[in-house]
Amino acid sequence: MATTPVRIQPKNRLLAWIEERLPILSFLSSHTSEYYAPKNFNFWYYFGSLALLVLVNQIVTGIFLTMFYKPGADTAFASVEYIMRDVDWGWLIRYMHEVGASMFFIVVYLHMFRGLMYGSYKKPRELVWILGMLIFLALMAEAFMGYVLPWGNMSFWGAKVIISLFGAVPWIGDTLVQWIMGDFNPADATLNRFFSLHVIALPLVLLLLVVLHLAALHEVGSNNPDGVEIKKGPKGSRFGADKPADGIPFHPYYTVKDLFGVAFFLIICAFIIFFEPTVGGWFLEHDNFIPANSLVTPAEIKPVWYFTPFYAMLRMIPAKLPGVIIMFLGIAVLFLVPWLDRGRVKSVRYRGLGYKIGLGLFALSFLMLGAVGAGLTSEYIPAWFGAHADVTTIENFFGRFWLIVYFACFVALWAYTYFGWEKTKPVPERVTTHD
Amino acid sequence: MANEVVDPGRRRFLTATTSVVGAVGVACAAVPFIKSWEPSARAKAAGAPVMADIGKIQPGQKVTFGWRGMPVFVVNRTAQQLATLPEDDGRLKDPKSDNTDQQPTYAKNENRSIKPEWLVVIGICTHLGCSPEYFGEVKAEPFDPNWKGGFFCPCHKSRYDIAGRVFDGVPAPANLQVPPYHFVSDTLIQIGVDPQGAA
Repeated sequence: MATTPVRIQPKNRLLAWIEERLPILSFLSSHTSEYYAPKNFNFWYYFGSLALLVLVNQIVTGIFLTMFYKPGADTAFASVEYIMRDVDWGWLIRYMHEVGASMFFIVVYLHMFRGLMYGSYKKPRELVWILGMLIFLALMAEAFMGYVLPWGNMSFWGAKVIISLFGAVPWIGDTLVQWIMGDFNPADATLNRFFSLHVIALPLVLLLLVVLHLAALHEVGSNNPDGVEIKKGPKGSRFGADKPADGIPFHPYYTVKDLFGVAFFLIICAFIIFFEPTVGGWFLEHDNFIPANSLVTPAEIKPVWYFTPFYAMLRMIPAKLPGVIIMFLGIAVLFLVPWLDRGRVKSVRYRGLGYKIGLGLFALSFLMLGAVGAGLTSEYIPAWFGAHADVTTIENFFGRFWLIVYFACFVALWAYTYFGWEKTKPVPERVTTHD
Repeated sequence: MANEVVDPGRRRFLTATTSVVGAVGVACAAVPFIKSWEPSARAKAAGAPVMADIGKIQPGQKVTFGWRGMPVFVVNRTAQQLATLPEDDGRLKDPKSDNTDQQPTYAKNENRSIKPEWLVVIGICTHLGCSPEYFGEVKAEPFDPNWKGGFFCPCHKSRYDIAGRVFDGVPAPANLQVPPYHFVSDTLIQIGVDPQGAA
């Protein structure tokens, strides 16, 4: 529901004095207690507010880590060890930051899947989706640079591989790579500029994008699992005759619901932080406990789990420039989803069987590419196909199959809706849980 | 001012010229900030040539030297390894080293080296800059049942033969790069400087 400009008139004379000059209370209430959200939000609607919670966690723990961390090729690794061993509670602050990074991607991926499932990218929410995708891009850059900062061996080689991607640009590639690194190899200069980008430049960009994401959302109103517009539904509820009948104020109804989700989420986070902070090499790789060494590549270079699907796209293409292009296309194509999908029905509940299958296949291809990128396939192929199996050939076949499925989902989505092959169910007038 | 009438053409002209001058100013002011990211004078100075003592490298052994922060592989190739070189030509992307960016002219030959037994290459995969590992023995490896010795990159599974020539069907686009080097004596090479008289 679009934000209605409400005017609060506090009884307290000091607050009234402030409110006349700076309507801060009016602003806050128009985005909380006067923001009407559909009343049928389900489990999938936890992840937006959880992402905001993790962002706050990253900022607070990040500020404290910056107090002890020393950027620089000679000091970075030792200062992280110093935080872990000598700084009081330093281990907790660092693990909160490190686990927070992975949890950020978990909630963001689930949040994005929710958007695809209930058609939250469709008119009039295209910009909400685009801004969300930009947040995702900024988050990937932020996470990559953060991973470089401890200057472990995986930091170094990860930086080297990712920066080398820009070497695929025709003509200026090599110059561009040297410009990004500030040296002939990832070095002190690289580490220092990544530190600057990680702690100030990208967080500012992220915060700005989050504000715009929420502003655009509150202008057009939240979608819901039925994909019906409560604005267009009947008016009048116990909150007012002009309020949407199927809407409830975000505060206190959804703040309380989200608080319940937060409690559950924090229990899971606490378990990881206290008992298994590296998650067996998935959240923090073993090779990053070895200082950076430009002469020794780790036996298996792989990114942290949240980049593995895109990394697999890069690896499955047997040429450099096309590989890089395909990887970036894998992200870019998501920006186009609001226009690839020509269907009118938003929620998967009322869409055709083809959409349901496509959505499932898309999620599966993402997970399977992730397995390839994480090296799970090369680990298990000898066990399944015998010790003399040609790992490269089998892995390429498997990975390329799922790569084709990934992109085919987008093509199929367009064809399915453009040619009118989709047989939808009737969409109800109102959310299904109304009384 | 007594001029009550707004002249839109004049106003557009002023807006446009002000914008153009402002944009040029911003572009010029951005130059120092963009230039600050280039390798510093100190980083450039650190890229000087290095001497490498190769006297103690056993036949079949690989030793890594550092040059410009990059690993340089020096392999003392055995007669058996050299004999395998023509065998895989059909499986290679650039068997004749026709890509002139990847080696100086004095290393454009079957062995990709100055002296047949001594291979000197930059140990950085031409795909995305990982350091390949040396698998010198002629025996079946998990990544290639017909392996004849060479280099295997753990990052993206690119393979090179014992002359650093890349196989077909792997992500790496080019052969391993041969740096400029020359023999100071039979047991000493200098990496970073061409032989005298070579282009």
